Amino acid sequence: MSLADRSTFKRRLDSLGVTVTEGPPSACGELIDEAAGDPAVGVPLGGGGDDPTDAPVALPDRVETDPTTAELRAAHTGVTDAELGVVAYGSVAIEADRAGTEPVSLFVDRHVVVLREADLVPDMPDAFEWLGPKARDESADVVFATGPSATADMGGLVQGAHGPKEVHVVLLRDDEAADSADPGVTADE
Amino acid sequence: MSSDAAKADRIRELMAAEGDAVAANTRGFNEGRYESTGRLDDYEELKGEARAIKEDAIGRLPELIEQVRESVEADGGTVYVADDAADANRYITELTARERDADRLVKSKSMTSEEIEVNEALEAEGVEVVETDLGEWVLQLADEAPSHIVAPAIHKSREGISELFAERFDLDDPPETAEELTVFARERLGELIEDADVGMTGANFIAADSGTMLLVTSEGNARKSVTATDTHVAVAGVEKLVPTVEDFSPFVELIGRSGTGQDVTSYISTLTPPVDSPIPDFQGDEEPLADGSGDDRDFHLVLIDNGRMAMRDDEELKETLYCIRCSACANACGNFQSVGGHAFGGETYSGGIATGWEAGIEGLDVAAEFNDLCTGCSRCVPACPVGIDIPWINTVVRDRINRGEVDSRQTDWLFEELVPDEEPAGLDLGTRVVGSYETVAKLGSLTAPIANRLADAGPLRALAERVTGIDRRRDLPEFASEPLVDWFERRGGAAVPADEASREAVLYPDTATNYVDIDRGKAAVRALEALGVHVRVPDLSGSGRPPLSQGMVATARASAEDAYAGLAPHVDAGRDVVVIEPSDLAMFRREYEKLLPERSFERLADAGYDVMEYCFGLLENGGDPAALRAPAEGTGPVASGTRVAYHPHCQARTIGVGEHATAVMERLGYDVRVSETECCGMAGSFGYKTDYYELSMDVGEPLREQFGDTDRTVVASGTSCNEQLDALLESTPMHPVELIAPRE
Repeated sequence: MSLADRSTFKRRLDSLGVTVTEGPPSACGELIDEAAGDPAVGVPLGGGGDDPTDAPVALPDRVETDPTTAELRAAHTGVTDAELGVVAYGSVAIEADRAGTEPVSLFVDRHVVVLREADLVPDMPDAFEWLGPKARDESADVVFATGPSATADMGGLVQGAHGPKEVHVVLLRDDEAADSADPGVTADE
Repeated sequence: MSSDAAKADRIRELMAAEGDAVAANTRGFNEGRYESTGRLDDYEELKGEARAIKEDAIGRLPELIEQVRESVEADGGTVYVADDAADANRYITELTARERDADRLVKSKSMTSEEIEVNEALEAEGVEVVETDLGEWVLQLADEAPSHIVAPAIHKSREGISELFAERFDLDDPPETAEELTVFARERLGELIEDADVGMTGANFIAADSGTMLLVTSEGNARKSVTATDTHVAVAGVEKLVPTVEDFSPFVELIGRSGTGQDVTSYISTLTPPVDSPIPDFQGDEEPLADGSGDDRDFHLVLIDNGRMAMRDDEELKETLYCIRCSACANACGNFQSVGGHAFGGETYSGGIATGWEAGIEGLDVAAEFNDLCTGCSRCVPACPVGIDIPWINTVVRDRINRGEVDSRQTDWLFEELVPDEEPAGLDLGTRVVGSYETVAKLGSLTAPIANRLADAGPLRALAERVTGIDRRRDLPEFASEPLVDWFERRGGAAVPADEASREAVLYPDTATNYVDIDRGKAAVRALEALGVHVRVPDLSGSGRPPLSQGMVATARASAEDAYAGLAPHVDAGRDVVVIEPSDLAMFRREYEKLLPERSFERLADAGYDVMEYCFGLLENGGDPAALRAPAEGTGPVASGTRVAYHPHCQARTIGVGEHATAVMERLGYDVRVSETECCGMAGSFGYKTDYYELSMDVGEPLREQFGDTDRTVVASGTSCNEQLDALLESTPMHPVELIAPRE
């Protein structure tokens, strides 16, 4: 992803009312801590494969990562990762799993989404090229979420219908060295 | 079809009760569509891609049904193909009420489930059904039907919803703002979802290769309904199948933009069920959420035929199956904007494409109840993301209704000679008079002084209204005593000899120009000759537009063949065909594709030009703008100002010639303000009909708002637009060519 793509993605999120913070993977816990309300539940992030960019990242201790249904119901914030971000639309792809990513992202007021910059794709066709094999081979269930839930059925546009009222994206940059050397600038890929 | 007072009353009531809310919402969606699709660089390519996918999918639907069965079953789900609504309901109630012994089923929005009326079937078996889409829930509480296929409760105001909640839940201090109403609904429904046993969804698309279904939603209720319950029943028409997951992409980009003007809705769920998520146990909620309960999930895909496979075999209705239910055709439609889906709709579906759905699913009788409301203005055609010719489907269904409603007792001897042999004898008189407009106009022109006097005589108009359904509040066209063709011959034909001309053109003497508004014909001759064109105005047959608008397809085809026969030698001689009346040019460029052999259609479509488009082309190719009339020239009301208000004809816009007039007028120095209204509401003959007079005037209301107080010179290209603007603005507009043509 180029710098231009990242800034387009952020602009799209901004127009959707989605807040964004970004930093290196090492800062992930801190960024989540800033973004999450209380109480917070989550699912363990990353570490699912051999991909070095998918290394486990730490969640703050106050985020309950093996919640009961009661804790889910009481939670203000749910923290999950996203598999993919679609630059042109500001969408994030949330994949349902046995750990409960779908309910944790859904039955809460604020959804904090952790997305790696390496997982940004330019446009919808790229997203469906990615989804096709996953759907066929792994029977994946993915929701492309764009902004908070919304309704126009009650006589005006309201953000926060059945799903979250707020969405915050924690964007993890690819290149930790470049980032720490020159904050705010990331080398083009 | 009938001049049924009840129909006019019903439309009047709906306009009063729901018209304002429907108009505000649909016009908002329609503007949103222009903005959102305007942000796409490859909008037309995406539409082409989407269309191709649908053509392919419907073409090999039986194969895709078998493939999706294999895909879903390989994942542990079940597919049931239901022949009809009763079959589907039997399967769903058996599963829900008997096997699952469910007390409550929670539903997300699904038009197909409305079509089969599954709620009633489930409730009869003791299963409580809760609609969780906020709009659908409001309607469920109010016991009303959707008025729009995407935003079902657009006819309800915020105040109305507040009152409804107060009454249903016995609230002293009911929620009032949109936020408060939403919070109230979210909390009530949240509790109902937690205790539900079965979740039901529709599906916008289903990929046969993986069994993946795609749901387009915004509220999150579909996600919750699926996640919170261990049994998921998805109900979808067989036409929702596409070959692969990758095929979803263009539809995802188009559906929200085309419908409500959103680039994409909040949630695009792609589920390959049964889903992996654990099932939250809201009763035993001290247990960990991630308890492996996702393994217990059960999934049933119920694919509905209910007439669709027969539609697939029906060459004319087949395109309906490409519909992705985006609602663009409803939002772009002037009549729909005024009345909504309670008038412009059948048992389930509403808007222009509903004629196809209801004819195929319910039958012609249901389609006949609202099919008249499609005026053929064609503004839905460029809006449809899969390129369905929605006006054509309406025309074909109208033709079938005409043929099915033969009633030999009708006392129609008076107009017998006006009825073409190709049409059934029982056509109602309004249909015949309008459909045979060319004959009427010819007779009117022959006897013009008497015909015009009689036409305006009060008692005769009252009689005519009763017999033909033509509203007496409308001015009838005044026939000219000398048709344009005769005038041209009398003046000695072309003023620019062929050997001195830049081009040669045939000015098509459309019926309205030839017999009624010959001034614009004369102006067109002057404008073209001023630009060095050798002009001919031969006697030619009508294009067939009036009979086509009445669903008289055979008559229209006969006219098309006659008109083509008359024009073909000119086209062979390399002459351009210049048309003043946009609805006739639209015949040449659009509808003749359905009426003439392909080569004939293509030749005439290529040779045909709108008169302003032609002037534009001549100026672009070195024509001298000084030969035309600039605003400073001339005196009197007609040419007194540079300021012009222009309403492009609906069909001219659809065929892409609406803006040439603007460009030419601006080139000559006019300051042009262009209307934003899709259709003036007259739509050919529609606004003349007594049943629809008030609706027609209401559709034109935005034009009155935009142009009502203007001191600008009003111009419009369509004859019927001019009649309507005359009625709306009480000023007589003219064709843009009359503005720019040199004076006589």
